[in-house]
Formats: sequence, structure tokens, C-alpha cells
Amino acid sequence: MIVELTINGDPVTARVAYPGNLLDLLRDDLGLPGSKSACEQGECGSCSVILDGELVCSCLVLAADAHGSTVTTVEGISAAGSLHPVQEAMQRAGAVQCGFCTPGIVVAAADLFAVNPQPTATEIKEALAGNICRCTGYGAIVRALEGTEIVADR
Amino acid sequence: MEIVHPSSIEEALAGLSDGGVPLAGGTDLMVEVNFGHIRPEKVVGLRRLEPLKEWAGSRIGAGVTWRRIERQGPTALAEAARTVGSPQIRNAGTIGGNLGTASPAGDGHPFLAAVDASIELTSADGSRLVTWDEFFVGVKETARAPDELITAVELPGELPERQAFGKIGIRNAMVIATVCAVVTRSDDRRTTVGLGSVAPTPMRAPRAETMISSIARPTDADLSEFQRLVSEEVRPITDHRSTEEYRRHGAGVLARRLLERCLR
Ligand SMILES: Cc1cc2nc3c(=O)[nH]c(=O)nc-3n(C[C@H](O)[C@H](O)[C@H](O)COP(=O)(O)OP(=O)(O)OC[C@H]3O[C@@H](n4cnc5c(N)ncnc54)[C@H](O)[C@@H]3O)c2cc1C
Ligand code: FES
Ligand code: FES
Repeated sequence: MIVELTINGDPVTARVAYPGNLLDLLRDDLGLPGSKSACEQGECGSCSVILDGELVCSCLVLAADAHGSTVTTVEGISAAGSLHPVQEAMQRAGAVQCGFCTPGIVVAAADLFAVNPQPTATEIKEALAGNICRCTGYGAIVRALEGTEIVADR
Repeated sequence: MEIVHPSSIEEALAGLSDGGVPLAGGTDLMVEVNFGHIRPEKVVGLRRLEPLKEWAGSRIGAGVTWRRIERQGPTALAEAARTVGSPQIRNAGTIGGNLGTASPAGDGHPFLAAVDASIELTSADGSRLVTWDEFFVGVKETARAPDELITAVELPGELPERQAFGKIGIRNAMVIATVCAVVTRSDDRRTTVGLGSVAPTPMRAPRAETMISSIARPTDADLSEFQRLVSEEVRPITDHRSTEEYRRHGAGVLARRLLERCLR
């Protein structure tokens, strides 16, 4: 079936394979491989996107159900050619090892900073509770984001 | 495959009448779809159905997300909401979907049991209210007929003055309950205990409730007896998440701690 949606500000029309999820649509059909596919059961957060204003796991969104929706992926989290303050903070602090979890962490953190420009370490940990990182042990990520006032606009 | 995006309850019901499967936040259903366990031919997309998101006083629409309940819900239901999955799961997952799945471990259920909530089921023939204990029939089995939509949760107009939710699991975030529970205590001492993950369906602990409801200022010995009765009343099993013995013990300890919180 055909779905029409807005992705990172652009209107997109795509044919979706049933019973495909939004994550596969983004990665395989729309050339947006930033969102990662790992568990496909909502556990790891590597596929996080903003759907109609809410942070969700794109693997748990039926692609056909995204018809008429607005989606922001990690590719659209900042203006083309620039980095989101969250991305800058993580780069500065070396909070990336293999990088597989990073897009999901960036989207989840950007969602946090959009409503809470100066979160505490506890608030950061709670906001990232749905994102698994197998490399960093999270310390570097929390330190990167803590104490940075980030005025994010998404 | 076909998907319909109804703009009214009537349209949604029409979608169900010829075999459509309701899809709310997808946090349960899509896991089944992704793993190929189910392959619905027709899906009724409820995520943007406004009437299901209405929340007026004691009537919570089935499409209300855990995120909203975490922020605006009655104390113990808000506490339960805060432990559901992760921010991503709470933004998508709904109280109606929790009921649709009817997992014995559903974190929303102990509260509904503890306050004697009812579930509103709607079909083309109209709406009916079923009490929580009529609604939950067995493991992932409910009183909902295939052509019915869960439209709302109806709470009593007056809720107990003190209420507390607790959950035992193997970690703090993103965890399915080994035991979850709500204890409420009213000014007139009436005490209720709702329990999850310790029987095929959510349950109450009537003997423990009766015993403690007669006591104005429970002593340590009273609390121990309350704990013992709760452990005795639950009907847990051993599975991949825990053992019968641990759940039995955990249910008693958790209920006692929640009661202590209510008494403080
Ligand atoms: C990673 C992860 C963590 C989780 N953690 C928890 C947790 O800690 N605690 C917990 O309780 N649950 C947890 N869950 C399960 C799930 O998030 C909840 O049960 C949630 O409330 C389901 O709501 P939903 O809107 O996403 O339901 P959906 O997946 O959309 O639907 C679930 C079922 O209900 C039916 N349904 C949905 N809405 C209606 C309706 N209005 N009328 C009739 N039928 C309907 C669907 O057909 C389907 O069978 C978790 C899930 C994931 C993936
Ligand atoms: S791939 Fe979606 S949460 Fe893991
Ligand atoms: S950096 Fe490797 S998973 Fe997080």
C-alpha cells in the first residue's frame, strides 16, 4: 500500500511492504540508515525517532500506520551540515565507541533537552533508560550531557 | 493487508466487525508482528482516534498513553505508569493496549483491581461496563468480544486517600514485573491489595485486607500477619522470570512495604 508522510520536513510517498515497520521503511526504502535495527522489540532504542512529536521506537510503528504522520529521524535532528548541541557534546566528551547506539541516544537526548534544557544526571539516566549501549557503560554519555545547557529546537 | 484510520468510534467498530485487529501504540502488537507470530489481514489504527484519548474525571479513555497517566494520573496509577518500559514505550503504549494484551504482569492492572475499576467495552450494539474481575478471564484472555473496542477505564468517583504502587524486577528500568502490587488505605481504615504477576489474572488478597482493615494502628506483629496472609493468598507459578517461592515471598514483602508507606 502507499503511505504519505513527512520525514525531516520533506513530504514522502512510499510503497510499504506488509507487515513492515517504520524502521525498515526508513532504512531500506528511503535511504535513511541512521536509525539502527537491533532488537525489533522495543528494548534497545537504537531505532528511536520522533513521531508526531513523541519519542518512539520506529521498529514498533507499523509503516502503514505512519500514513499522514510527521517523523524526525537522527538525520533531521539538526539542520543540514550542522550538528545538534547533543551531538557536539557527545563528540567533545568522546561518548561514542562503536557508535551503534549513538543515533538512538542522540534522538532520545534531543527529545529530553527540548523540554528540559538543564537536566540532572538522574533525569538524563531516566530519559535514556530505553537506550542500550554495550560499549561505554553509559558514564561517558551521561557526563557528556550533564552540566551542558542545551537550548535545542527541533 | 488493509489498514483503516477511523475518525470516530463508529468507524472503528465497523473496522472490527469484519475481522480488523485494533492497533493502538503497537508496543505489544508490533513485537508479535515483527517476529512473525501474527499477521493480521486488516488493522484498525487507533493511535490518532481522538475520542479514545479523552480523559474526563474518573473516565480514562483507552487511548490515553502511560506518559499522560504518569503526569496526571491518580497517585498509584501514575507510579505504575512511571515504571512501564522506557520513555519510548510510555509515549506510545496505552492503558487500553495494556488491557487488550491482559498479560498477568501488566503494570496497570493491580491499581484497577485495588480500586475496583470497570472496563467499558463498546460494540455496534452499545456500551457495557464490566468489572475488572469479570474482564480478566485468564492469561492474556479477556471478556472482550472480537467486535468490541475497549473504549475506557472507569474509576470510582472517590479514590482511597492513600495509595502506593510497587514492582519487583531484576533491574530498575525496562523490566517486566516479577511481582507488582498496589495497596490502598482509606481514612476509614479500609485497605485493599491489588496484585499482578502472581496468578493467571490480576487478583486481590481478601483475607489480608479484612484482617488489616479492622486495625486502626497496626503493630509490627499485625504487619507481619498481613504479609503472611498475602503470601498465602497468591497463586504464582515458576517460569523463566522467577520461581513460585520467590514470587510468594516477594508479594508479601512488597504488600507490607506498600502498606507501611500508606500508614506513614
Ligand atoms: C520494551 C517493552 C517494555 C515494556 N514494558 C512494560 C512494562 O514495564 N509494564 C507493562 O505493563 N507493559 C510493558 N510493555 C508492554 C506494553 O508496552 C503495554 O502492555 C502497553 O500498555 C500496550 O499498549 P499499546 O497501546 O502499545 O498496545 P498495542 O500493542 O497497540 O495493542 C495491544 C493489544 O491490545 C489490543 N488493543 C489495543 N487497543 C485496544 C482497544 N482500544 N480495544 C481493544 N483492543 C485493543 C491490540 O489488538 C493488541 O492485541 C512493554 C513493551 C515493550 C516492547
Ligand atoms: S530496534 Fe527498535 S528498539 Fe531495538
Ligand atoms: S557505543 Fe557501542 S553500543 Fe554504544
